[in-house]
Amino acid sequence: MGSTGIRAALAALALAATMTVTACGGGQDPAPAAGGVSGDVTVFAAASLTEAFTKIGKDFEAANPGTKVTFNFAGSSALATQITQGAPADVFAAASPATMKTVVDAGDAAGTPIVFVKNQLVIAVPKGNPKGIATLENLSRPDLKVALCAEQVPCGAAAKKALDTAGVKVTPVTLEQDVKAALSKVKLGEVDAALVYRTDTKAAADVDGVEFPESATAINGYPVVALKNAPNQAGADAFLAYLRSEPAKAVLTAAGFQAP
Amino acid sequence: MAVDHTQPPGAVTPPRRHGRRRIPVFLFLPAGLGLAFLVLPLVALLLRTPWGELTQHLAEPAILAALRLSLLTASLATVCCILLGVPLAWLLARVEFPGRRLARALITVPLVLPPVVGGVALLLLFGRRGLIGSWLDETFGFTLPFTTAGVVVAEAFVAMPFLVIAVEGALRGADTRYEEAAATLGAGRWTTFRRVTLPLVAPGIAAGAVLCWARALGEFGATITFAGNFPGRTQTMPLAVYLALETDLEAAIVLSLILLIVSVTILASLRDRWISSP
Repeated sequence: MGSTGIRAALAALALAATMTVTACGGGQDPAPAAGGVSGDVTVFAAASLTEAFTKIGKDFEAANPGTKVTFNFAGSSALATQITQGAPADVFAAASPATMKTVVDAGDAAGTPIVFVKNQLVIAVPKGNPKGIATLENLSRPDLKVALCAEQVPCGAAAKKALDTAGVKVTPVTLEQDVKAALSKVKLGEVDAALVYRTDTKAAADVDGVEFPESATAINGYPVVALKNAPNQAGADAFLAYLRSEPAKAVLTAAGFQAP
Repeated sequence: MAVDHTQPPGAVTPPRRHGRRRIPVFLFLPAGLGLAFLVLPLVALLLRTPWGELTQHLAEPAILAALRLSLLTASLATVCCILLGVPLAWLLARVEFPGRRLARALITVPLVLPPVVGGVALLLLFGRRGLIGSWLDETFGFTLPFTTAGVVVAEAFVAMPFLVIAVEGALRGADTRYEEAAATLGAGRWTTFRRVTLPLVAPGIAAGAVLCWARALGEFGATITFAGNFPGRTQTMPLAVYLALETDLEAAIVLSLILLIVSVTILASLRDRWISSP
């Protein structure tokens, strides 16, 4: 019968996928010789760092020939879970100290995390702001569809803090799993507004950001740390050092981040 | 089996016993590995389960709401898939038409498409700015995204190929002579389909429906992309598990286990009724 064939096919697919993953995992280079930096540097970074870190990664590779930076961008909390469950990574950059704390508490950080940038919330609206949203209070208008991040992820926690401080009650249509998902709902025109980071609206061409004063109460610090089980310890340290360099700072500022 | 009494007395050994002695032993190793590969992750999950928290989580209204929503939407999606998928399978199996091979290939697209991409595709079709969605919005003021109906649509999109492929396989394996016999005895096309074809492939439909329901129940990517995540309205169990994973691994494990226990219980109780083969 057909279903037996499908089950067999699916099992084969799953097995093939696992084998591929195992093969990739096993193929990592050992730590490089002391002194020079080389090899793969794996950086787990919050979704909101995507554009800035991609640029910084390329600059880092150019400044350190022989290195290759691989990023895993996702919601900070998901990344933290992956790290505490043993995912091989060299550097972790989170969008909130609370998320970083779970990694530190699990004993997976090498050293103390340093806050390297700050980010604050804006209201993301479609280009030209067709619904005329000007303040945080506007988001409670019944004719608006609003997307927020889920409270479990940093952008959602920050949104809740800002809304609570302002005493604004918003009924969102969806609680997204990370900031980029919330932003994509604005880009696709499915919602009229979303609370995202200022950097996200700067990076997106078809989205405008509306600043609001209450966002000052919910500024997120971004901590970064090298990880204890880093396959490439020297690479991790070099990347952290590069983050503090002037060229990297310029990229972060241009992306809309603030100095800590 | 009713084979024995049709055979003349003193016939050779029945084929069943003959077959048992000739089982190719070298199949045991990959078969055992396959079983272990599928079962061991579950064992790991069970070993990490904080059993004390199980009842405590079961009493949470938010979890019950997610569970109820999951069961409801998966069942509705399965009904939709049966209503549309069985006729589609029949068309693919029994009717010669130009582009049939292409149609067959196309129905497997949701299987290979990453579910998140499927969700985006659904948004581009049914979303407020979508091909059909913009018309729906303007004409009826109705939009599918972020609604429970949207969850059903996302799940049905991802799960329907399982049903269609299973039923099509059953139809192609079924003996068409029964249908021809019914026709020569004067049965109309609809009567033949209803009274002969459908009962013939009923086990295939049941197996397909189970696969379809199970896939719909576990659906995550298309759902969170197309229907969003809102407790009580679009937050199904897989979405609740994913968000629990953001903060609390133990809670996520408990939630997955609840979903697992409920779905396995339902499937096991249906199995005896539906797919018990003679």
